[in-house]
Amino acid sequence: MNGAPGANGPDSDIAPDVAAVELDGVGKVFNPGRSNEVNALTGIDLRIAPGEFVTLIGPSGCGKSTLLRLIAALTDVTDGSVSVNGKTADRARLDRDYSMVFQRAGLFDWRNVSRNIELPLELMGWKAADRRQRSAEMLDLVKLSEFARHHPAELSGGMQQRVAIARAMSFDPKLLLMDEPFGALDEMTREHMQNELLRIWNETQTTVIFVTHSISEAVFLSTRVVVMSPRPGRISAVIDTDLGERSEATRDHPEYFANVTAVRNALRGDHAS
Amino acid sequence: MLAVFVCLLGLAYTAYKAFGTAIDDAQSGWLVIGSFLPETTDLKMPPVLDILTGIFEEPRGTGDPFWTIVASEAAFTLREAAVGFAIGVVVGLGIAIALTTSGRLERALVPHVIASQTIPLIAIAPIIVIWGRKSFDFLPFEWQDWMSVSIIATYLTFFPVTINGLRGLQSPRPENLELMDSYAAPWGQTLWRLRLPASLPYLFAAFKIAATASVVGAIVGEISAGVKGGLGRRVLLEAQRYTTGPERLYVAVLGAAALGIFVFVVISTVEYALVGRKGREAVR
Amino acid sequence: MTAAKAVLRAWLPPVVAAAIMFGCWEALLAVLNPDGFVLPPPSRIVSALFGDFDTISTATGITGFIIVTGLIAGVVVGALAAVLVTAFRSAHETLTPLAVAVNAVPIIALAPIFNAWFGILSPRSNQAVVVVLVFFPVFINTTRGLGQVEPSQIELMESYGAGKWRIMRDVRIPNAMPYFFTALKLATSLAVIAAIVAEYFGGRQDALGNIITNSAGLTRYDDAWAAVLAGSLVGIGLYAIAVVLERLVMPWYFAARRAT
Repeated sequence: MNGAPGANGPDSDIAPDVAAVELDGVGKVFNPGRSNEVNALTGIDLRIAPGEFVTLIGPSGCGKSTLLRLIAALTDVTDGSVSVNGKTADRARLDRDYSMVFQRAGLFDWRNVSRNIELPLELMGWKAADRRQRSAEMLDLVKLSEFARHHPAELSGGMQQRVAIARAMSFDPKLLLMDEPFGALDEMTREHMQNELLRIWNETQTTVIFVTHSISEAVFLSTRVVVMSPRPGRISAVIDTDLGERSEATRDHPEYFANVTAVRNALRGDHAS
Repeated sequence: MLAVFVCLLGLAYTAYKAFGTAIDDAQSGWLVIGSFLPETTDLKMPPVLDILTGIFEEPRGTGDPFWTIVASEAAFTLREAAVGFAIGVVVGLGIAIALTTSGRLERALVPHVIASQTIPLIAIAPIIVIWGRKSFDFLPFEWQDWMSVSIIATYLTFFPVTINGLRGLQSPRPENLELMDSYAAPWGQTLWRLRLPASLPYLFAAFKIAATASVVGAIVGEISAGVKGGLGRRVLLEAQRYTTGPERLYVAVLGAAALGIFVFVVISTVEYALVGRKGREAVR
Repeated sequence: MTAAKAVLRAWLPPVVAAAIMFGCWEALLAVLNPDGFVLPPPSRIVSALFGDFDTISTATGITGFIIVTGLIAGVVVGALAAVLVTAFRSAHETLTPLAVAVNAVPIIALAPIFNAWFGILSPRSNQAVVVVLVFFPVFINTTRGLGQVEPSQIELMESYGAGKWRIMRDVRIPNAMPYFFTALKLATSLAVIAAIVAEYFGGRQDALGNIITNSAGLTRYDDAWAAVLAGSLVGIGLYAIAVVLERLVMPWYFAARRAT
């Protein structure tokens, strides 16, 4: 995996005691002082260690996507502080410490699959030969090697999303931010993609922060589930869901069902209150 | 297909003539036709056969078949239009890119870009020619009147490029823009790798309109500016001596039509080569 | 309060930009080119407009009549043709690409032929140029709008047993409205240009196009520019009417755009 120029292995230069992400009293208000003011997030404290797989779950409007964008420094905090790998979020963005996957694959229609994967590498100034080699490795990782020359429009939704993941992983980011990446896929493809993602996560040991609506997806994938509730967006529970090595069999495991119930109850809790 | 259409048009023209002549013969002064539709005399509507022979006839004192004269005038007009088109594309795209940088700038200037097209600049072509002669003596080459005509073509060209370009540059989905932000891509990289490629289908829709507009601008500019040479001047000339050879005006106008369709086909071919079948038709 | 703010937000930037542009124009000419011979400053154009108000208002009336009648006829014929062509599939498939190609023809060059047909002094020659020039963008855009309908909406209507014309009325025509208005706005400025340019080939001597040519020929540039300004005002007025019509006819479209 490593060895290409410019690549930073996720385990290479971060001290183990530095959190991958540290949120301290984070709040976000949209349109402050205007009639359409929205208090999106308030009092968020969260520490994510390197190598964790953390899922943010909650009903629509609980601010989970906003929280992800605050970590990505795509929008600014109103209160509190966000640090990524011990730096400010914006510094981490400029250092390309993280990579993001969106609900829509968001591939560029005019580039073929391989060139889509090369996009971030081009922006980082990699040489063409290195880019090509890395893109081939990534296609191997997501098992799409024979589609390198295809254009996005010729791929199924699941394949497009795999390309998007390959693009996100191409420069070995220390942190992977995923905003409902499988939300638009059908159930079968979705489970398949979850297995693929876990396999890639195991191979690369990247830290993942994953936003989803689906309880089963959250429980199956993550080491910790962060349950959020709306108006204003806040964290209502954090549930440990580490099932160790996971496989297709895990989906029938009693502990898995116990975790599903725990998350469901946590989510119901805010309806009661 | 276009050829079939031209044949049908010729047929309809002949049929109308025959019908009109028949009506006229039967009862001249037939109220509806007489007052709303053109008369069908050979002077007002020369027969198709006359127009066809007019293409190959040598006008007195020239020694060249008429179509070669029209073709060389068309080449002259094409040069004006091409220069105007090229400058118009650069200016139009430049304005569109500038407007993309700020929502406030866009709100401030777009109404004026639209208003600019209600100024019939074509109408003041003679003024532009005089202004061009006076104002461009600092250039390394000698300013020629046809260049002023190109300026008029530019004025008609930049508008569709700016409007469609702006729409195209703003067409990337939010997640694609966020993606570029997440890579900390500088503004220029986002422009070059995302906004410009995304706007190509929109731009080519604009280029097709702009290419036609540049030909219109060149032809009309020639007419009103009194430039020596060009299709517009030829149309004016043949209109003035219409009674001695009505078919020549028709041939000149057909030449103008052919030039318009020619530039349209050129742009469409480039579009096909660049954007290909995958190019989605932009909604205007 | 917020409504006032919204109006301010929409109107302030263009007004400020206009003030800056005209200010610079006036100031630059005062410094660089005090005689303002070829391009006079805005103040002199406006004073020329009022100085010869009778001539110019008469001319605007004559040319304005040609513009408005030609515009209305071209728009009505173009929209009706689009509906008819869309209703008959085979006509749609053959005629629409042809119209796109014919639209590339510089139609203004037809003006002398129309003069020959309708008479060189007749307003009908100039109206014909406006009609033909307006027809194509309206026809092409409206046809596109009538055609690019969500298939599910058609299927929904068909599931209710709706016929072709019912679907036309309730699905296709509403869907085509934004396309139609885009073309209508484009057509307003095309109509002004067409009418003025057609007058170079013929038409009344006291119309706008000929005033511009004659004044420029006599090096009375202030008057030429004043006539250009009058033409622009007609164009801007028609454009404004089109925008207001658009808002009145498609309130849903603007509500949907505000929501996103």
